[in-house]
Amino acid sequence: MTEPDRCAVAISNVSKVFNQGKPNEVHAIEDISLSIGEGTFVSLIGPSGCGKSTLLRLIAALTHPTRGDVGVNDKSADQARLDRDYGMAFQTSGLFKWRSVAENVELPLQLMGWSKTDRKARAAEMLDLVKLDEFGDHYPHELSGGMRQRVAIARALSFRPSLLLMDEPFGALDEMTREHMQTELLDIWNKTGKTIVFVTHSIPEAVFLSQRVIVMSPRPGRIASDIRIDLGERSFETREASAFFEKVTEVREALRFEESQP
Amino acid sequence: MISRAFRGAAPATVVGLGGLLFWELSLLIINPEGFVLPAPSGIIAAFFDNFEEIWVASRNTGFIVITGLVGGVALGVLWALLVSRFRLANETLTPLAISLNAIPIIALAPIFNAWYGLLSPVSNQAIVVILVFFPVFINTTKGLTDVGATEIELMRSYAASSWQVARTVRIPNAMPFFFTALKIASSLAVIGAIVAEYFGGRQDALGPLIVQNAGLTRYTEAWAAVLAGSVMGIVLFVASGIFERVSMPWKPDAETIGA
Ligand SMILES: Nc1ncnc2c1ncn2[C@@H]1O[C@H](COP(=O)(O)OP(=O)(O)OP(=O)(O)O)[C@@H](O)[C@H]1O
Ligand SMILES: [Mg+2]
Repeated sequence: MTEPDRCAVAISNVSKVFNQGKPNEVHAIEDISLSIGEGTFVSLIGPSGCGKSTLLRLIAALTHPTRGDVGVNDKSADQARLDRDYGMAFQTSGLFKWRSVAENVELPLQLMGWSKTDRKARAAEMLDLVKLDEFGDHYPHELSGGMRQRVAIARALSFRPSLLLMDEPFGALDEMTREHMQTELLDIWNKTGKTIVFVTHSIPEAVFLSQRVIVMSPRPGRIASDIRIDLGERSFETREASAFFEKVTEVREALRFEESQP
Repeated sequence: MISRAFRGAAPATVVGLGGLLFWELSLLIINPEGFVLPAPSGIIAAFFDNFEEIWVASRNTGFIVITGLVGGVALGVLWALLVSRFRLANETLTPLAISLNAIPIIALAPIFNAWYGLLSPVSNQAIVVILVFFPVFINTTKGLTDVGATEIELMRSYAASSWQVARTVRIPNAMPFFFTALKIASSLAVIGAIVAEYFGGRQDALGPLIVQNAGLTRYTEAWAAVLAGSVMGIVLFVASGIFERVSMPWKPDAETIGA
């Protein structure tokens, strides 16, 4: 696939220091520059505590850089947040237990002042997309973990943001559900053409899903390597192809090399 | 739903009736004099013999309980909303609430009576309001502020206003906390009203009825008035439980322990 020129995310020379000047000062991210083309599926991978979530939250303007700039869709990250340019999904689904599945999906639309009928129609459409059309009236506690994550994804997509930010969304799922969800996410990505930034701990997951895998070094987080993945259309066989294993090995070595550095 | 509620009440009914039977029988065996602790049958008989008087007294006390409860709950919720929304309110109103709660309110009853007039119901209402207000305030504040970081970040990612966060996240999150407080408050309101009546307010109410009967060694009649107070407490508790179920349809049944 050719990469389009327009940048969905532009990070230039960003550093993030928590509690600066205090005894508990943490250098979470050090001088990261990264640009992500529109429509690309990018994964962030790296050892625990290397700043993956922090980087994602910087893109989301949920926290701000100590130095450097973050831009989303040619605006500041803050403006993009106010314009609701991105949807977000976390490891815990963050569904509200007092809202039915459909009402959870409708939440962002309700906040944006959509009419009830429009909201209902869109929620039904989104639940159809994540194959939960029969569960709109259920409450979250009646769903399995995988189903809850699908609702969270439907909610993140409900207002059609151009960018999807995901922080280990499948981290709490078992292996089989996880592979199933990966296939579904790729399906959604193919249908919708979103830009996706996906944080994960799993090397095969990153390779299977992404066009680019960004490997980060241990804290303070830096970009260690930027690995392009060209596996073409993914299918069940992809996971068993030798090209897949070569990429998995490449990412693994990049991670190991980084961890062995002082 | 109704039949399920009845089935749910069956074990409690059996235990209750068993307890009363045990009480009745042990008095037959060990306490022939029978005036220190009257038998349940005697209390129930006295309840119906004096029904007119007890009914009027219950209505008067009930008025204090309900108005005080409504006022105290409203004040507690309003106070909690202010404290969880504005930092300045938190820094000033929270210590004030704690100090108010530290006062042994019942001890103030004679003083309140002096302020409002010995026979005025206002002093008793004030006592119930202050008693009820605190548990409602503490619990509701906890519910309004005890929201997960993920949920808050999610709302920020939608660029939600703080009013929207309050309406769609904080208030629903506070509901179970509020209802727990309401159940505590409903019992407190009955206790507060009756004890306050020992000191003043209307004379045709449950408090004075208990004091007068006990003073005349008519213990069975005193107990019958206590029974009326208990029934009032149970009715309010059950009503809070029903109100809770209706307002929170999402709550899984297993979580609904304690009515
Ligand atoms: N709000 C915060 N205040 C202080 N330090 C923080 C804060 N958020 C993150 N950190 C620190 O920044 C570093 C990076 O955290 P981050 O959550 O981004 O790591 P991560 O790569 O997502 O880790 P994991 O894979 O375990 O989720 C950690 O050392 C963490 O302690
Ligand atoms: Mg993380």
